[in-house]
Amino acid sequence: MKSAVIVFPGSNRERDAAAALAAFGAPPALVWHRDHELPRSDLILIPGGFSYGDYLRTGAIAAHSPIMASVKHAADRGVLVLGICNGFQILTESGLLPGVLLRNASLKFVCRDVHLKVETSSSPFTRAYNAGQVLTVPIAHGDGNYFADEATLKRLQDEDRIAFRYCSPHEGGSGNPNGSIADIAGILNERRNVLGLMPHPENAVDPMLGSTDGRGLFQSLVEALAA
Amino acid sequence: MSANLNPPAGAGPQNPAAGAGPQNPLATEKDALEFGLKPDEWQHVLKSLGRTPNLTELGIFSVMWSEHCSYKSSRKHLRTLPTEAPWVICGPGENAGVIDIGEGDAAIFKIESHNHPSFIEPYQGAATGVGGIMRDVFTMGARPVANLNALRFGDPAHPKTRHLIAGVVAGIGGYGNCMGVPTVGGETNFHRSYNGNILVNAMTVGIAPADRIFYAKASGPGNPVIYVGAKTGRDGIHGATMASAEFSDDAESKRPTVQVGDPFTEKLLLEACLELMATDSIVAIQDMGAAGLTSSSVEMAGKGGLGIALDLDQVPVRETGMSAYEIMLSESQERMLMILKPGAEATARRIFERWELDFATIGRLTESGRIELRHGGQVVCDLPLPPLVNEAPVYDRPHTPTKKRPVVLNVPPPASLGQALQRLMGCPDLASRRWIWEQYDHLVTGHTLQRPGGDAAVLRLEGRQKALAMTTDCTPRYCEADPELGGAQAVVETWRNLCAVGARPLAVTDNLNFGNPEKPEIMGQLVGCIKGLGEACRALDYPIVSGNVSLYNETEGVGILPTPVIGGVGLIEHFERSASLAFKRAGDAILLLGDTAGWLGCSLYLREIEGREEGAPPPLDLAAERRHGELVRALIEDGHVSACHDIADGGLLVAIAEMGLAGNLGAALAFPAGPAAHEFAFGEDQGRYLLTTADPDAVMQAAAARGIPMIRLGTVGGVALTVNGGDATSLASLRAAHEGWLPGYMDAARAAAE
Repeated sequence: MKSAVIVFPGSNRERDAAAALAAFGAPPALVWHRDHELPRSDLILIPGGFSYGDYLRTGAIAAHSPIMASVKHAADRGVLVLGICNGFQILTESGLLPGVLLRNASLKFVCRDVHLKVETSSSPFTRAYNAGQVLTVPIAHGDGNYFADEATLKRLQDEDRIAFRYCSPHEGGSGNPNGSIADIAGILNERRNVLGLMPHPENAVDPMLGSTDGRGLFQSLVEALAA
Repeated sequence: MSANLNPPAGAGPQNPAAGAGPQNPLATEKDALEFGLKPDEWQHVLKSLGRTPNLTELGIFSVMWSEHCSYKSSRKHLRTLPTEAPWVICGPGENAGVIDIGEGDAAIFKIESHNHPSFIEPYQGAATGVGGIMRDVFTMGARPVANLNALRFGDPAHPKTRHLIAGVVAGIGGYGNCMGVPTVGGETNFHRSYNGNILVNAMTVGIAPADRIFYAKASGPGNPVIYVGAKTGRDGIHGATMASAEFSDDAESKRPTVQVGDPFTEKLLLEACLELMATDSIVAIQDMGAAGLTSSSVEMAGKGGLGIALDLDQVPVRETGMSAYEIMLSESQERMLMILKPGAEATARRIFERWELDFATIGRLTESGRIELRHGGQVVCDLPLPPLVNEAPVYDRPHTPTKKRPVVLNVPPPASLGQALQRLMGCPDLASRRWIWEQYDHLVTGHTLQRPGGDAAVLRLEGRQKALAMTTDCTPRYCEADPELGGAQAVVETWRNLCAVGARPLAVTDNLNFGNPEKPEIMGQLVGCIKGLGEACRALDYPIVSGNVSLYNETEGVGILPTPVIGGVGLIEHFERSASLAFKRAGDAILLLGDTAGWLGCSLYLREIEGREEGAPPPLDLAAERRHGELVRALIEDGHVSACHDIADGGLLVAIAEMGLAGNLGAALAFPAGPAAHEFAFGEDQGRYLLTTADPDAVMQAAAARGIPMIRLGTVGGVALTVNGGDATSLASLRAAHEGWLPGYMDAARAAAE
């Protein structure tokens, strides 16, 4: 698998993402936001951070970076695109994914482990998981409150495009850390080659650092691209 | 403007005044007092200059001679501190301290206060405190790998406390999170003495190649002086002077002297600086922190024994019509001053322009031994450097030692141990800080082996087997009762916290927060604490490599508790051989290392349960501390220990409860004969650790072999704590008390606002 990680001014989890990809045999090329050309890649990863300081609106300025035009072309060609945290925000701002990410309902930044339910295993990002499987993965964001209008939400549900939802390991608990609509933590595009999610699977691959439940996502990518 | 305001270039000290004019008139004693100088200091300026300075020159003198920049009240005593060890690469005096951690790596770290600004404008004050300390560390060539902090707030019942906590925590998070530097540890406490003067101390730890450390000492006359980073505005003018004065109740009127932070620009500055540092371009570099362009230019040239000539018209400014005085005294954030090697300007400019940062050549080093400033084509300042850097007054202020307190005996027992424990676990000083540290990204970069909430944070180093442990500590109530003992105890507590995770403590940074040093009893606290710090550091081979002094922490004449915060850094050779405080397995034996007399004087139990803030604090045996810490480390390294926790605030039973809550496992304990149960449970005797192990015989033997007291206290298991077979205290009820207090307290503010 050939991969590329896009670096915007203010990206700050590009090294975490690169380390996780390297652990799965795909050390990525780091691509500067002002470049126009992408190296040949099977996977483009847009990492977490505070691109452009989150000024104006999270992801809004990065969405207009020169490199994003190339990312859109690549996505149109079927190349896999994975946006994590700020990367998810950039994907919604650039129109590759529907909906928006609002301020957390608590109005506070939150960093902690959350429980995620895998809603579909039918995507190149989730095929190594079982639908219904519950994962422990950390989050670290101030604007992760996903919102979409009713029609969009219905489409996401009907088309099986909700990849992850926040859940509670306890019966009746909420487990939603940011107030996102329908507990949504991650969604796919129509073609299922673009995934955006708020949690950080790249920080859940090493047993010494806590959970390894993020490994399934990278394993899925390895399998999907080998297939 | 008249012609005589434009003196010839190279005007000497005999020149009556450099470039005085309507914007820059000759200074008066009244100006000097307003700028924070004392009458005798003003006379000293006149004498050492041989003429009257203009306003810009006076501004430069007053910040360089401020307490904040000159350490004039503390310097005499700071000189007594131990600062050397074979592993120390650079001690105090540079931007941060540097120690050798093996394999060609150096750890660079420092703690610094931003107390006054954080009280006036909590978000920006705390944020820029974090930004400033990170610059100190990356200025020296290190990539910051971790942030910590030490916070002190007033009485939770004080009307400002909630607002200050909310703002400070959001500010620390806002800056560190955006920088992508994990905030992994710290401490927060409450006391009414901080009602009008909170403490915000921020610490950064960075890693650099040991052979590529960058210093502030300038060399090479003719070399270009480069300004990089953000533009200069009118914010923070005279911040260093504000940090050197007491507050009155009109503190809010000082809001314009608080700087505004832009972590995004600092992130770019970090990446650009590290990129430039990987080339061979930099002679010297210093961040523009307190006193901005003034202290950076004066210190760099002064350390090199050179002079410096700056053209202030070349300084990137974000406002029009800024005077020389304003440009020199601005504390706008995210700026650096560098001296480059000849011919390196083009390389450096390319890097900074790629990161979309300002880059300007604003002057040259000279051989004059003077600081010469031109603005609008005129010389506006021409001062000799030696008086600014070497002749700052050093005071031997009168100090009276704190009177020793009597030992408190016969503290009555509580109605029930369990209820007392419950109250302690939910009291403001012991309740969980989760509400705080969940607002900090403590995971970014993917190296956090031990998250906040333990004895010390543990971070693995990229590409290495080793890990760094770090912590901040201070027990101000001990310092107030007995400054010398309290100062030593702060050092020892960091030592214990590092040993408890299996780290070898290497060095410390100190942040000395005190009241007005012109009062002999406050000066006595400062002198006593420094003496204690020094004794502990010497006894433990644990030198002080950097630090900061914050005095005049008073409002309306009321001083804070003496608060000498210590930040400790230690090394774990292999990251898999460390311990955490959580109980791991039912059936493990719980062992208590160290002697317990049941000392309740000055304890949290006495304060929280009996409502008494009195008594001598528990005595400290530095030699025993060293032996105990070394044993704990050896046991962890040998793999005998499943959990470890030092015993501190609240005593033994609180420490057991913390281990139980972290591991979601209870314990059955049997207290030995001797002290009364509540003395044994809540006494704050020093030098103690709790260990759990599956092999108690081996651990007890190891302790016996070293002559170190250790007893078997009980067994891990169940979902409650029981003492001597008595009533069980459920983990669920302890957790509710422990986790409930801070969120409940903060949400009450939100509920009231809605």
